[in-house]
Amino acid sequence: MATFDFLEIRHLHIDYDNLDQELLNEVIREEPSFQWCISCGCCTATCSAGNHTTFNIRRISLILRRGEVEGLEEELKKCMLCGKCTLVCPRDIQLRNVVMNIKKIILKKKTA
Amino acid sequence: MIRDPNFQYPFLIGTIFLFAYLIIRVILWYIKLSKYDKLRFIHFWKTKSVWAAIRDSVADGLLHLSIFKKNPLLGYMHMSLAFGWFLLIVMGHLEVIADRHSLNFPFYYAVFYRYYQPHPDFAGAKVFGAVMDFLLLIILSGVALAIIKRIRKQIFGMKRTTRLKTFDKIALASLWLIFPLRLLAESLSAAYYHNGSFMSNTLGEWFIQNVRVSAIYDLSWWLYSCSLGFFFIALPFSRYMHIPTEIVFIFLRHAGIMPKKYWNSYAQIQMYSCSRCGICLDACQLYEAGVSNVQSVYFLQFIRNNENVDKSLFGCIICGRCQEACPVHINLNDLRTALRIKASKPLTFSYEYTQKALQQKAGIIYFAGCMTHLTPQIKFSMRRIFDFLGDNVWFMDKDKSICCGAPLMLAGQYDSASQLIQKNTELIMASGAKTLILSCPICYKAFREDYVLPGISIKFHAVYLNEMIRQGRLPKINLGFKTIYHDPCALGRGSKIYDQPRYVIDSYSQRIRLKKEKAEALCCGAGLGAINLPIEAKNKVTFEAMSYFARFKPNALITACPLCKKTFARDRRIPVLDIAELTARAIDEYVNEQKKTVRETRLIES
Amino acid sequence: MKKIVIIGGGIAGLEVSRLLLQEGFPVTLIEKSSHLGGNIRNYAYLFPDFTPSEEILKNYTSLPGNADLQLLLNTEIEKIDFSSRPYTLFSNDGIAISADSIIIATGYQIFDARLKEEFGYGIYDGVITSVEMEKMIREQHIVTPYGKAPRRIAFIHCVGSRDAKVGNTYCSRLCCITAIKQAIETKKLLPQAEIFCFYIDLRMYGLTFEELYLNAQKEYNIQFVRGRLSETSEMIDKRLIIKAEDTLIGRPLKMMTDMLVLMVGMEASNFSKQFAYHNGLEIGEHGFFKPLNQFNARGKSQKEGIYFAGTSIGPMSVAETIEHAQATALSTISYLKGKEN
Repeated sequence: MATFDFLEIRHLHIDYDNLDQELLNEVIREEPSFQWCISCGCCTATCSAGNHTTFNIRRISLILRRGEVEGLEEELKKCMLCGKCTLVCPRDIQLRNVVMNIKKIILKKKTA
Repeated sequence: MIRDPNFQYPFLIGTIFLFAYLIIRVILWYIKLSKYDKLRFIHFWKTKSVWAAIRDSVADGLLHLSIFKKNPLLGYMHMSLAFGWFLLIVMGHLEVIADRHSLNFPFYYAVFYRYYQPHPDFAGAKVFGAVMDFLLLIILSGVALAIIKRIRKQIFGMKRTTRLKTFDKIALASLWLIFPLRLLAESLSAAYYHNGSFMSNTLGEWFIQNVRVSAIYDLSWWLYSCSLGFFFIALPFSRYMHIPTEIVFIFLRHAGIMPKKYWNSYAQIQMYSCSRCGICLDACQLYEAGVSNVQSVYFLQFIRNNENVDKSLFGCIICGRCQEACPVHINLNDLRTALRIKASKPLTFSYEYTQKALQQKAGIIYFAGCMTHLTPQIKFSMRRIFDFLGDNVWFMDKDKSICCGAPLMLAGQYDSASQLIQKNTELIMASGAKTLILSCPICYKAFREDYVLPGISIKFHAVYLNEMIRQGRLPKINLGFKTIYHDPCALGRGSKIYDQPRYVIDSYSQRIRLKKEKAEALCCGAGLGAINLPIEAKNKVTFEAMSYFARFKPNALITACPLCKKTFARDRRIPVLDIAELTARAIDEYVNEQKKTVRETRLIES
Repeated sequence: MKKIVIIGGGIAGLEVSRLLLQEGFPVTLIEKSSHLGGNIRNYAYLFPDFTPSEEILKNYTSLPGNADLQLLLNTEIEKIDFSSRPYTLFSNDGIAISADSIIIATGYQIFDARLKEEFGYGIYDGVITSVEMEKMIREQHIVTPYGKAPRRIAFIHCVGSRDAKVGNTYCSRLCCITAIKQAIETKKLLPQAEIFCFYIDLRMYGLTFEELYLNAQKEYNIQFVRGRLSETSEMIDKRLIIKAEDTLIGRPLKMMTDMLVLMVGMEASNFSKQFAYHNGLEIGEHGFFKPLNQFNARGKSQKEGIYFAGTSIGPMSVAETIEHAQATALSTISYLKGKEN
C-alpha cells in the first residue's frame, strides 16, 4: 500500500470499541490542553501550511482523538510549527506542543 | 626540622590528579574544536586580545567583578575566596623564595611552610607572616559568608540559592574545611614555635593554655592536607570545575570563537564555566510564575549530571534575561538552542508544497511573517507608511506565507528549518530586491542569523522607520500621549536593537523611561521558545509584566513584535500599539494638519 | 420609612424602582448618563418576537413623575461607607445619600471588538458590530461604508465570548439568537442579499428560539456555517475576505463579503469592576458581581442589605433581566420588612 492519506475516510464507521488510544493517551499526558478542543476550526483556517495544502490540524487532532493513527506521521510533516494555531485558539490549546509530541511519540515507537 | 614527611601525600595526590585531569580535559576540548576555531585560537595568541583575555581572567576569574557589580556582598564572597586564595599561594611562594634565596624547593613546601620552617628569621619574615595571616583572615570571612548564604540567603538580597548534588557536597565541605584547618594547623605550629603572626600566634597561645598541642599537632596537618586533596579530587566532578574552565572560556571567547547551532566542545566549556552563582534565578520571570526547573543554572546542572532535561530544556521561553544577567557571560540562549537541536531527534518535516509560491520582481520586499497576519493593524500601518513614502514594495507573504524557520529552529528542528530557509532565500534572491523589511523580530533574527542573502540589506521596520525620520521622509509630530516601549526579546537582547525604536517613539510621543528596559526588559510570556510550558505560567508572566507597566500609567504600550502585541492585548489594562501603528497615526495626523493648513490658506486668500 | 438606593437606570434598575415604589418605598435612582434605559436602547427590536424595545421602556415612562422617586441623572457613585447603618453613598459630585438597602443594577458593557484585531474591526470599514447593525435596522437602511446595498453579509458569532485569548471564557448566551434575529431583519430589508452565520455552537436555549432558527432557514434562506472566523483582510475595492474553516466539511473556507457583523458579547462593565474594587464587593472569576449563590440567592451580595439586579451578575436577556429585577425587589422588600436578612 502506498502512503495513506490520513484525512481520507477509510473505515465505514468509527469503531469506538476498538480504539487505539495508546498514542492519544501519551499525547494528553504530555500536553493536557489537547483535550480542550471545541472544534471551532480557527487553527485550520489560520494555518500557514493549510494555506498551501489540504493540511487540516483540527481534523488531524479530532481523528487522533477517535483513535486513528495510520498515515498520521506523513500528514504531520507539512506543519511549519509557526505557532499561529496556538495564538488563535480560543481554548488556549498548546497546539504547537501537541504536534511536537505526536511526532516525538511516533518516532519513539518506531525506534523502540 | 621535618618530623613527619608523609602528610603531604593527600595534597600531592590531589594536585597531581587535578592537573593531569585538567591537562587532558583541555587537550580534548581543543582537539574537538572545529578547524576554523583552532586556527582562530592559534592566531589569537599573536593579537592584542590576549591582554584583554588576561585582564578578564583576573577581573572575572579572580576578582569576580561582574558578580560584585550585580551584588556586592555576593561578589565579595567570591572575590575573597578566589582572589584571596590566589594571593595566599603567590605570597606563600614568595615567602619561601625570600627565606631560601632559591627557587629550588618542592612546590608543596610553600603550602605547608609553617610546618617545615619553625624558625623563619630572614629579613621581612614578620611582614610575610602578617600578610599571610591577613589573607587567611579574608578568606575565612568569605567562607563564613558562604556558610551564612547556604543558611540564610536573604542576607545576600537573593531570593533563592542553587540545589546541590553529592560531589558538590563533598567539594563544598572540603572547601569550607580547608581554611579553618589551615588556621588550626598554623596556630598549633605557632603554639610550639611562635612562627606565626597576629592571628596564628594569638590562637597558638590560647591552644598552649587549653589544649594538649602535641596530641593533635600532626593530625591537624594531616587533616589540612586531606581537605586539600579531597577538594582537588572532587573538583572536576563538582560545580568547582567552573574555576579552571572559566579561564579557558575567557580565552576562547576573546579568540573570537562563536557559539554554534550544534553542540560542540565550546558549548561544553561554556556549560562547565557556570559557577552556579544563581544570579540567573533572580532574572527569570518563570520563577515568579511558579516554574522552577527551566532556569539556566538548573538546566546546565541536569545536563552535566546526564539527567532528563526535556522539561527544563523545552519549557524555557528563551527570552535571554538570564544571559544578560550571567556574570560569566555564558551564551545561554545559544547553548540552549544548540542543546535542543542535539537533544531532539530529527522529526521529518517536508515542505514540497512551498514550491508553488508566487514570485515577483521588486526593489523592496516586505515580509510580514506568520504572526503579523493576526495583527492586521501592523500590515495595514506598514502599507500606509509605504504608500506615504511612495515606495514600491512587494508584500511577499500577503496571501500565502512560508514561515521564516525560526519556530522550527527553536524547537530543535534545524534541518527541517533549512528547507524553509532555502525556499524563502530563492524567492527573495530571484526578486532582485535590495532591501528586505521585516516587522516581526523573530523573523528578523532568523533572517539576520540564518539566511545568506548577498547584496540585500535586511532591515527591521523600526530601523527603517528611524532612517526615514532622520532623512526627513517621515514627519516628526507629537501625538500628545505618554508611552512605554517594550523591547521584544528577539529584537532587544536577541538582535541588540535598542535605540532606533526609541528614536521613532520619541519622535511621536513622550516615552516614559523604565528601570527594567533594554537588556533588562521583561518578556511578554509568549515567546516561541517555550514548547512545553503550561499556558498558566505564560499567562502569569504576561500578567506580571503588564502589572509592572501599568504602574507608570501610560496611555499606550508600544512594542515592535506581533506576538508581544497579541499577548499583551489580552490583558487589556493598557492599549497596545506596534511601532508601525504609532507611525501610521502620526502620518494621518500630519496629513490632516497639512490639509487644514491648505484650507486655511485658501480661506485667507479668498 | 426605609430608604432604598438603586444604582443604574437600565431596565433592571427601572423594574426594581417600579416595584418598590408600587409597594410604597421611597427610592433614589442613580444613573451615570443623562437618560434612563441603558443598554436596551442599543436594540431596536427584541428577540424572539421582534417586540420594539420602546414598548418595554413604555412601562417606565410614568416613573420620573413619581413623588417618592428621587432621580439623579449624570451621577456616579464612587464610594459607599459601610461602617454604620444606614449606609452612606458618596457621588462624584460630592452628594452624600443614605440608604438602608442598596441595589446594584450597573449592567454590562459590550465587548470592544478592536481587541480581536484579526477580525479587522476598526481597521476595515466593512467590519461592524451587532450594535451598529441594530442601528441600521432601526433606521431601516443597511448600507456598506461606501454607500451601496450589501450583496453578502456574514454574521460572526462568539466575538469576545468563549475566547480565552480575550479573557472571556464564558458564553454570552444572547448573541446566537440576536444574530438570527438580525439576519432575518436584514433579509427582510435586503431580500437579494446572501446572509451567512458563522457559529461554533448554536445555543437556542429559549422555548421559541429554535423556531426562529428554523424560520431563518425556511423563510429567509439564511446559511449557517459551523466555523469560527480566523482572519479578515480587505481588497482594493474595500470588500472583505474572511477565512474560517467549514468544520462540518473539514475544509478551510475563504469568502468574499461586503459586510461583516461581529456579534459582540457582554462583559462586566469597567464601572462595575472599579466600583467593586473600591467598595470591597466580591467579583466572580468572569468579572461580574458574585452573588451569594447561583440558585436561590442570585440577587443577594455577600454584604447585608446590598442586592444585585440584572446583568451586573452575568449575561441575561431582557426578559431574564426583568424577572431577576422582580426577584431582587421581592428579596429587598422582605429584608426591609425584617423578614429576611
